[in-house]
Amino acid sequence: MSHHIVELKDIYFSYPDSTEALNGLSFRIVHGESVGIAGANGAGKTTLLLNLNGHLLPSKGEISIGEIPLSKKTRQEIRKKVGFVFQRPDDQLFMPTVYEDVAFGPVNLGLTQEKVDEHVRNALEMVGCLHLSNRPPHRLSEGQKRSVAIATVMAMNPDILVMDEPASNLDPKSRRQLIDLLKGFKHTKIIASHDLDLILDVCERCIIIKDGRVVADGPSEDILLNELLLEENNLELPLSRQRSHLFLHG
Amino acid sequence: MTFDTEYFNIGYLDTLSYNDTFVHRLDPRVKISVSFIFILFVVSFPKYELSALMPFFIYPVFLLTAGNIPLRAIAKKILFVSPFAILIGIFNPLLDTNVMLTPFGVPVTGGWISFLSIIFKYVLTISTALLLIAVTSFPGICEALERLKLPRVFVIQLLFLYRYLFVLLKEALRMIRAREARSFGKRGKEIKTFIRLISVLLLRTLEKAERIYQAMLSRGFRGEIRVFKRHNLRIHDILFAVCSITAFYIFRNFNVVGLIGETLSRSFR
Repeated sequence: MSHHIVELKDIYFSYPDSTEALNGLSFRIVHGESVGIAGANGAGKTTLLLNLNGHLLPSKGEISIGEIPLSKKTRQEIRKKVGFVFQRPDDQLFMPTVYEDVAFGPVNLGLTQEKVDEHVRNALEMVGCLHLSNRPPHRLSEGQKRSVAIATVMAMNPDILVMDEPASNLDPKSRRQLIDLLKGFKHTKIIASHDLDLILDVCERCIIIKDGRVVADGPSEDILLNELLLEENNLELPLSRQRSHLFLHG
Repeated sequence: MTFDTEYFNIGYLDTLSYNDTFVHRLDPRVKISVSFIFILFVVSFPKYELSALMPFFIYPVFLLTAGNIPLRAIAKKILFVSPFAILIGIFNPLLDTNVMLTPFGVPVTGGWISFLSIIFKYVLTISTALLLIAVTSFPGICEALERLKLPRVFVIQLLFLYRYLFVLLKEALRMIRAREARSFGKRGKEIKTFIRLISVLLLRTLEKAERIYQAMLSRGFRGEIRVFKRHNLRIHDILFAVCSITAFYIFRNFNVVGLIGETLSRSFR
């Protein structure tokens, strides 16, 4: 299948204050792939994600998503394909109740009332939050907020799921549930995170970026066990591999 | 720490509004309209009126008891804003010195009567407004305003204001705690740091606004938000409205307290 390809060709982006965040970044992600994006703080992860659905437009280079080139004109169309889960759920949940928040996307897609209801229920069921339907977002725990934020995106049936630090601020059990949930999704996934264990668990491929460039791109098993590479990028071996590592050498 | 308690106080009215009682279930449109009419009736009384205002206390008392709202919560808030009302009326006793009543031989001037009248009107209207919020969830009020044909932009602004009030307060709370943790005695609590704190809060708010807008765009926002309809006008909504407004009308046009007094004194004669 070729219809949900994400392709970036030589992307440059600089912020108005002339910070150069992306410096000639290229990669290609095919349908159904899960890709983790890792890198030091300030390496350009968030900027990259914001470029993927046109919140920011690259100053040079070409992004195409599902074979549609991203531009000011096409970004509405592209946002229907790319579901974006933001880093802070409080930014994502802005409606008075959970139900209305999850319904926000489907309503904007112009679905009928019954369809909206069906999508909302399915999405909330999927993340195990159907019982929170009538709660206002400011009365949820951080983990619940995160799950609902994912539901808001799933309700729109995106082809590609983009997530920025999905596991931050979660307790270990919620984090584990999130990982299981993500593993269950068949979508193309692009996940930016410092949680390398999560990337190792969920993504078969990992891209490491540094100063707005791709410095490594390959199977997670290879990249995330390359200690030298990780160290150069302010990263460390995933915790789950540190023990076996010690065991082998010790 | 006062800010912490204030924060939880604001949340308290919100918590109360999620109760489930007869008044909570009433259509918010009815509650808003009836309360608005109530306030109009109350302020329409002339400035020397005291006894005729008394029956109007039934309405806030009804909301309070039927809505299962603790009196303390409302009373504290009424006291908190009372300086404004007191200031408005405080000079009346000095300016208006005509003796109007002499109960038990004590002369009472018109100034005192109009001052008390202001206080009564203040307590009636403010308690009704507070109780309206406590027995109707804020989104419910917004829904009602929208369906009462208020401009949609305005309603959406209110919804967002309410949603992010809590986020903003939490943000401020965290900053204030952080300052507390590193300031000792008076140092670190000068107005100078306060100004910095506020400006940082403003910047954070702007950034947050931008992120929220991006989140809205990524879910297909094109300038319109549909406010959900949760309530339908039912028979007891209409009954509630008709009964209350009739009662207000009677209280306004007939001096109920006077009539009761007359009947009582006649029967004891």
